Amino acid sequence: MDNLFILLFVPLVSALILFFIQDNKTAKGAALVLSLIQLGLTIPFLMSFNAAGGMQFEQSFSWISALGINFHLGLDGISLPMVMLTNGLIPLIILSTFDKQFRGNFYGLVSFMQTGLLLVFLALDAFTFYVGWEVALIPIYFICALWGEGDRIRVNLKFFIYTFFGSLLMLVAIIYLYNQVPTKNFEWASFVALDLSESTQRWIFWAFFIAFAIKIPIFPFHTWQPDTYTNAPTAGTMLLAGIMLKMGVYGIIRWLLPVVPFAVLSYSNVVMILCVIGVVYASIIAFKQNDAKRLIAYSSIAHVGLITAGVISWEADGLQGAIIQMVNHGFSVVALFFIVDMIEKRAGTRKLNELGGLASEMPQLATFFLIIVMGAIGLPLTNGFIGEFLLLKGVYGFGVWYAAIAGLTLIFGAVYMLRLYQKTMLGPLSDRFQQVWGLENHELIVLVAVVTVTLFLGVIPNAILDLSEASVVSLLNQIKF
Amino acid sequence: MENIVQNIQGVPLNHYIIFCSIIFAIGVIGVLIRRNVIIIMMSIELMLNAVNLLLAAFSAYRGDASGQVFVFFVMALAAAEVAVGLAIIIMVYRNTKSVDIETLSKLRW
Amino acid sequence: MTELLWLIPLIPFLGFVLNGLGRNLFPKAIYGIIGTGAVFIAFILSAFLFQEIWSLQKAGQSAAITQHLFDWFSVGNFKVSLSFLVDPLSAAMLLIITGIGFLIHLYSYSYMHEDKGLGKFFAYLNLFVFFMLLLVMGSNYLVMFIGWEGVGLCSYLLIGFWFTNSSYASAAKKAFVMNRIGDLGFLIAMFFILEHFGTLEYSAVFSQAASLSIGDSTIVIITLLLFVAATGKSAQIPLFTWLPDAMAGPTPVSALIHAATMVTAGIYMVVRSNVLFMLSPLTMEIMAIIGLATALIAAFIALTQNDIKKVLAYSTVSQLGYMFLALGVGAFTGAFFHVLTHAFFKALLFLGAGSVIHAMGNEQDMRKMGGLRKALPITFFTMCLGTIAISGIPPFAGFFSKDEILAHAFQHNVVLWGVGLLTAICTAFYMFRLLFMTFFGSFRGTADQKAHLHESPWQMTFPLIILAFLSVVGGWINLPEAVGGSHALANFLAPIYKGSRLADFDLALSHQTEYLLMGVSAIVAIVMAIVAYTMYGKMDGKPMTEKNEGFLYRLSYNKLYVDELYDAIIVRPLQSLSTFLHTYVEKLGIDGFVNGIASFFVGSGKGIRQLQSGYVGFYILMMVFGVIAILIYGMVRI
Repeated sequence: MDNLFILLFVPLVSALILFFIQDNKTAKGAALVLSLIQLGLTIPFLMSFNAAGGMQFEQSFSWISALGINFHLGLDGISLPMVMLTNGLIPLIILSTFDKQFRGNFYGLVSFMQTGLLLVFLALDAFTFYVGWEVALIPIYFICALWGEGDRIRVNLKFFIYTFFGSLLMLVAIIYLYNQVPTKNFEWASFVALDLSESTQRWIFWAFFIAFAIKIPIFPFHTWQPDTYTNAPTAGTMLLAGIMLKMGVYGIIRWLLPVVPFAVLSYSNVVMILCVIGVVYASIIAFKQNDAKRLIAYSSIAHVGLITAGVISWEADGLQGAIIQMVNHGFSVVALFFIVDMIEKRAGTRKLNELGGLASEMPQLATFFLIIVMGAIGLPLTNGFIGEFLLLKGVYGFGVWYAAIAGLTLIFGAVYMLRLYQKTMLGPLSDRFQQVWGLENHELIVLVAVVTVTLFLGVIPNAILDLSEASVVSLLNQIKF
Repeated sequence: MENIVQNIQGVPLNHYIIFCSIIFAIGVIGVLIRRNVIIIMMSIELMLNAVNLLLAAFSAYRGDASGQVFVFFVMALAAAEVAVGLAIIIMVYRNTKSVDIETLSKLRW
Repeated sequence: MTELLWLIPLIPFLGFVLNGLGRNLFPKAIYGIIGTGAVFIAFILSAFLFQEIWSLQKAGQSAAITQHLFDWFSVGNFKVSLSFLVDPLSAAMLLIITGIGFLIHLYSYSYMHEDKGLGKFFAYLNLFVFFMLLLVMGSNYLVMFIGWEGVGLCSYLLIGFWFTNSSYASAAKKAFVMNRIGDLGFLIAMFFILEHFGTLEYSAVFSQAASLSIGDSTIVIITLLLFVAATGKSAQIPLFTWLPDAMAGPTPVSALIHAATMVTAGIYMVVRSNVLFMLSPLTMEIMAIIGLATALIAAFIALTQNDIKKVLAYSTVSQLGYMFLALGVGAFTGAFFHVLTHAFFKALLFLGAGSVIHAMGNEQDMRKMGGLRKALPITFFTMCLGTIAISGIPPFAGFFSKDEILAHAFQHNVVLWGVGLLTAICTAFYMFRLLFMTFFGSFRGTADQKAHLHESPWQMTFPLIILAFLSVVGGWINLPEAVGGSHALANFLAPIYKGSRLADFDLALSHQTEYLLMGVSAIVAIVMAIVAYTMYGKMDGKPMTEKNEGFLYRLSYNKLYVDELYDAIIVRPLQSLSTFLHTYVEKLGIDGFVNGIASFFVGSGKGIRQLQSGYVGFYILMMVFGVIAILIYGMVRI
């Protein structure tokens, strides 16, 4: 059971099965069960994972031997948290749609996307990585374009072309690197071993970076994101914000840092400035958003800006913080979007100026929401604090002023998140909430799960930090000159 | 057979080239300036036949039969083309009551 | 006992969990018993602990108990452990927090009895006590930071306790955000500390700092950042405006969080870091000036406020300013002494105000009160003692602590002393104004309210009596030598100053000077009491008319327009910036550029497809031109 193929195989088969289920009830039940099986299958890897053991559970077979393409998978301390995040969030996302009337094709796409995401996180071969990268994009396009709202076709076309444009740049870089490898293969290890000239590193850096920056998204490549998040169905937004954007950050850690270290070092200032601008810029824009989903979308830009800044700071703290914060952000953003969805379902709108006072009708929701908000703004003893602390410490190591400006997220985050909370939960009861009902069972389960993760990782963050510690250190050692 | 070849070679090659060019040009101009689809078809035939004649002439001068083989291919092709083309023209005429090529400008942008 | 250290914060936490989970299940009395009981147990434990520390110190041993619970998180060599440190300073703080906390919990049970959110209220209060205990018990800055932010959260929750009122919810948000500004300072200060000392543990940081030279630039930065954190938490200029607004919370909350404990966290932190602060004279100077300015401005604003809680809130800001003045002039013990006495009398005054508000049916406007001393004898008597204490009339608690601060200020710089005395004059005036407007003269409220007037039940008066007693005698624990005392508190706290550069905190003033200073401050306080009596002591039953007495009055009445100023220079510009960034930079600029690229291709397609005219003749013409062009090209090339 510790063959990594099984992690790709199960969601792929699930997708095939789910596509043929027409009935909503059967489909969502089957999807949940299959995703839980997948989650269960992750546990053996977690149990037998040896934190100090570097790359583990490696699987490789020759895929297209004429071109030196191997289907090469492996798991280390950096990919394991991502795999856990993916497999842990998908059941919650599926559960969050239990009150919707989706048929099997929707859940099939979700499972198919899971395959792509896992392929990205597990791939040790650039070709495999690229395949996963694109495989993940196609289902989310359909999810957002078919079940979205508003101007969904135009918005998703933009999203697709924008990210695809980035992917193509990356493909060019991958093919170039492939040609540089003496034995002509796409292996991660061969790419890392390449001794590239400075100028080569520079353009390869930009080719990769733009692809990742669009996906994450980093200022100023972010403008597809608020529209897409807002118009996508909530489950699609969760997939995008909760998991998919981590592909970009993961890509930077796995492919950018070790392959072109010199260029990363020489451009880290530029990237850091972009990230820090993104943090402040997105936060300020979030202040006045009236659409709750759009507000969270901008807050997400601010958060991932900080995560990327931590990665690029080239410090163990920053990288560790980025890894744990990716997990945190995944859970918290999923819960936030879910709560907005619940409110919208009850009120018929998510315009903040028409809402208010829900805490008196739904005290349970108010409590969960508050804990999640506190996690998002990084209150100590919630998971967000550990992430923000380590990230800011990493950024501080890079430069004090960067940390001081990025640290404004502490203040700005409180401003817009508490505004979101106040406008929905506090104040006099809005007319929109004339007939609200309490938490439904599936809602309760999702919220309890997220809150548990929030508090657990806040008190025992070493659960994740210990997993990734050795891998991060060896990564940093690998790329030190 | 020898006779024919000799007869052909009796006329200087340049004359064939000039003659064919003139016929071809007439064909081209016919296609360009006429609006009646049937006339255009005929002009196209003119161009094809100009080429055929040239192929035959070159073939005879070089003593290489493949040129004449091409001519047969072109003739077969032309026949097929005319069959399809005329059918299209008839359909167009049935629909538009006109064989004016200017009316057939729907396939744009 | 010392092994059970962790029980002290844990028990209030359990109280929080029980009350929080069972907030709709239990009968009302249970919430009170759980909530109050938890804090009471913590108080008993703290008392034992204090006794232990006391006896250790008497025996001449090191009176610091540390307890390591578990490693919280670690990255590389950087490890943060959740560990506790109890030394004289934290032991004393523990007693204040749990002792006064207990009294206020008891009081709340009766005060909040009618509220349907009683379980929630006690849960929040217990959570607050938990975080506050973490704050003072932590053995490193990060554990302090947990508490530091945690109390901010509880403050947010409790200010917005009656959240259906939008303005209360906004006040809660304001408090949280302003605290967060300070927290950012704290966070960056921690990064500096980590970079230069490699650890956040107090003992290691302070022992390393002891070898640094005075005025070391890193220490200056660290202490300034820590001071920024303190201005947020302890409501100093420029971050003081949240505290008056925080009065939106229930009155016991104002007493516990916004007077006695949370707001003094900043002072605790500075006293705790005295080794660092002593290395930075610049920070000390800034601290003294900011503290004094805050004290004066808040006292000035308090002069004309009519809301009984607002007066007390500004008074708290003013007294906190005093404490920072004390810290700035190096009187750490004096500051802590004032924390202690202030906790007694300010909690008393708030609880007394709560009792008045309770009796008046939630009326907080002093203009509609008057003559309440007959209806509320216990409240009147205890508040009277509290007022005397805060005004600095001997031999009540406030006199000694305030006198110590003023004496140190005098020794440092006469101007500081002069302004401090001016503040003391204002303090005496507005406090007696409050007393006279509320309890003297004739009743000015409605007949309905008059019929409803009653003394509060014992759960409310008992804490008042205890606190009144402490307000009277509390000052005697640190009697100066000039009046025959022995500076008991200073001696008790002495170990925490170990390693501090300017270890000599003692006053170098002669006893005659001290007597003179004491005499001056006592006399002005009494004079101001008399002035206040003549102005407000005999008001008749007519409703007070709004007086518009000149520029200074309006300035004070409108709180120096500080909120309006912040609104104009920070809030509104940020909001405009938000709109500007969204509409222009985001939509037109960046997204405009991205869409522009798309439009370029769409536009070029639109242009070029015009060639596809649909006229076959045109296509053929083009083809012919093409053929000719190729032929010409071929010829030219040959």
